[in-house]
Amino acid sequence: MGSGTEDRRAHASGRAFVSILLDASTRVIVQGITGREGSFHTEQMQSLGTRVVGGTSPGKGGSTHLGVPVFNTVAEAVAKTEATASGIFVPPPFAPDAIMEAAAAGITLIVCITEGIPIQDMIRVKDFLRGYPAARLLGPNCPGLITPGVGKIGIIPQRITRPGHVGLVSRSGTLTYEVGSALSAAGLGQSTIVGIGGDPVLGLSFADVVQLFEQDRDTTQLVVIGEIGGSDEERAAELLGRGSRLKAVAFISGRTAPEGKRMGHAGAIISGNRGTAKSKEEAFRRAGVAVAETTDEIVSLLN
Amino acid sequence: MCQRGLPALVTLLAVKLLEYQAKEVLASLGITIPPGRVARTPEEAAQACSVLGPVAVKAQVPVGGRGKAGGIKLAQTPEEARQAAQRIIGMDIKGFKVPLVYCESALEIEREIYLGFTVDRDARANILMLSAKGGMDIEQVAEESPESIARLYPNPWRGPLDFELNGLVFEAGLGELARPLAAVIKKLHRAIPELDAVTAEINPLVVTKSGEVVAGDAKLEIDDNAAWRHKELETRYGSVLEGDPYEVEAKKRSLTYVSLDGEVGIIGNGAGLCMSTLDLVQRAGGRAANFCDIGGGARAEVVENALSVILMNPRVRGVLMNIFGGITRGDEVARGLVMARNNLGMKVPLVVRMSGTREEEGRAILKENGIEPGANAWEAAQKIVELTRAAAPS
Repeated sequence: MGSGTEDRRAHASGRAFVSILLDASTRVIVQGITGREGSFHTEQMQSLGTRVVGGTSPGKGGSTHLGVPVFNTVAEAVAKTEATASGIFVPPPFAPDAIMEAAAAGITLIVCITEGIPIQDMIRVKDFLRGYPAARLLGPNCPGLITPGVGKIGIIPQRITRPGHVGLVSRSGTLTYEVGSALSAAGLGQSTIVGIGGDPVLGLSFADVVQLFEQDRDTTQLVVIGEIGGSDEERAAELLGRGSRLKAVAFISGRTAPEGKRMGHAGAIISGNRGTAKSKEEAFRRAGVAVAETTDEIVSLLN
Repeated sequence: MCQRGLPALVTLLAVKLLEYQAKEVLASLGITIPPGRVARTPEEAAQACSVLGPVAVKAQVPVGGRGKAGGIKLAQTPEEARQAAQRIIGMDIKGFKVPLVYCESALEIEREIYLGFTVDRDARANILMLSAKGGMDIEQVAEESPESIARLYPNPWRGPLDFELNGLVFEAGLGELARPLAAVIKKLHRAIPELDAVTAEINPLVVTKSGEVVAGDAKLEIDDNAAWRHKELETRYGSVLEGDPYEVEAKKRSLTYVSLDGEVGIIGNGAGLCMSTLDLVQRAGGRAANFCDIGGGARAEVVENALSVILMNPRVRGVLMNIFGGITRGDEVARGLVMARNNLGMKVPLVVRMSGTREEEGRAILKENGIEPGANAWEAAQKIVELTRAAAPS
């Protein structure tokens, strides 16, 4: 059930380097598949060719929904379908448990779309995941990921994408669509688009995703869309500054946001002067990464 | 608010309790607080002083720097307390009208300690902090002598263990107070699992001349996303504060809204898009009147709610709406917008930039109802700035 299984599948299908995290052979389940959002987005995922092999909805096991079997538990779903990836569309009170259930059942890519999970729940989840090093969590409060022409887990609309070689990673969902759409319109297709999520306590970080793109030979350019708060952007910048084969552009939203509105007082102790749009932009510039002032500028800086 | 489907809100903002509220909570966790009374009128302050003796009369606002702003006065007699309260209640401190004062007995201070916890975003964990340098601005302490702040990352499932707390206390150079301090830290930590606190500070944590450990001041922030688990806190403290009237109204309607001082009302979905919309408006030469994120999955009634709160502000001379949808459906947003405009009798210009899931349907609805959608975000920002300039009183 480790990531080695995924790699073998990828090689077997001859698509080892076309994307990160998701390929055409990845077997995906949807947790919360019978809910309103779960149903709507499962259909969207299926229409793109994503290999959705089942879903969970406690109490509805044994039924069929959207043409795939519904299970009561993730463990059962994994046993019956050999799924390795999951998209989570359940409300905040249940989402933390859903993430841990997926990890415990051997899922290695967990994409949590749910917004509004309490921070303390996520801190406990992060601690739990340390016991499952093969499990990668994307999100929560994220739009998921899409590999144009292959499939998606999450809610990123396909119309903003086209296949290509730009890796796009972002904290914000809607800004991702904005930038993806501008790139596509300019003929700059994407290898994979990854939304890491806007919460303070997250799964995969910018630096984690940048490393994945770095290893993906199909990705030649990189766009990082950050925002104020925390210092994940600075860490990604440091990583890129140590040497990268990717031509990278960064954009930070929140330049005009007033101080103190989003960052707590005691939080400033931890991050010092980090966390402002200015410090993030400077970190990228120091790393030799071009910084775009508007989303439109991203395209011209890549060309 | 979170029970049906995915909720519409991105709420990174925490609920900040006032000092007296935070102290009530600390007391309920078993931490000693000085005797004190809340006073809503000068007469109540005088009464409090006649019961408690000499008191500090303290403005209750959710921001720092009260002392410098004249929000804390010492009173020896009930008459002095009355006069102090008279001056402080209703005073404006950093945009907050002081709703009431807290009259608190003065402490016989032997030494002052700093104790607090917060979420270390980089570590994705809670961090407990203890320093012998209490009573000062902790950010300044962190800057000047970071080594004087002892830190501990408690296990989030079981909390800090006794030996870990012991280590923290000794690391802070406070070994002679190991037992009483470990006990206080353990009690304060309960605010994490029991109340979903994301930040707490007792600064100073006072050791009195008689050797008692007492909370001299208290800050407590509760995670908004966990409000559904703590209805009792909302019932008890939800309506005390008179903050920005639009923010108060927005909160009642479960909107993520921050007041700013410009003239262009902003509605966006997603914090990042909303922030970048503010940036674009500023770049186009205008100033945003607010930040209002209607989140993913925005329903028609949420859009109407957002628009009506924004239009309550008389400074708003135009509204820019920037919707780029994944989970947000263009047709629902458009219907909400048309309904809101009609219901509210909107008179200021409106520019809408919309795309994403079901955008064609959404655009068609807007066009049918005489609202022209903007081409892209930058053009929409320039257009609204131009229109609000034209609408400006000369």
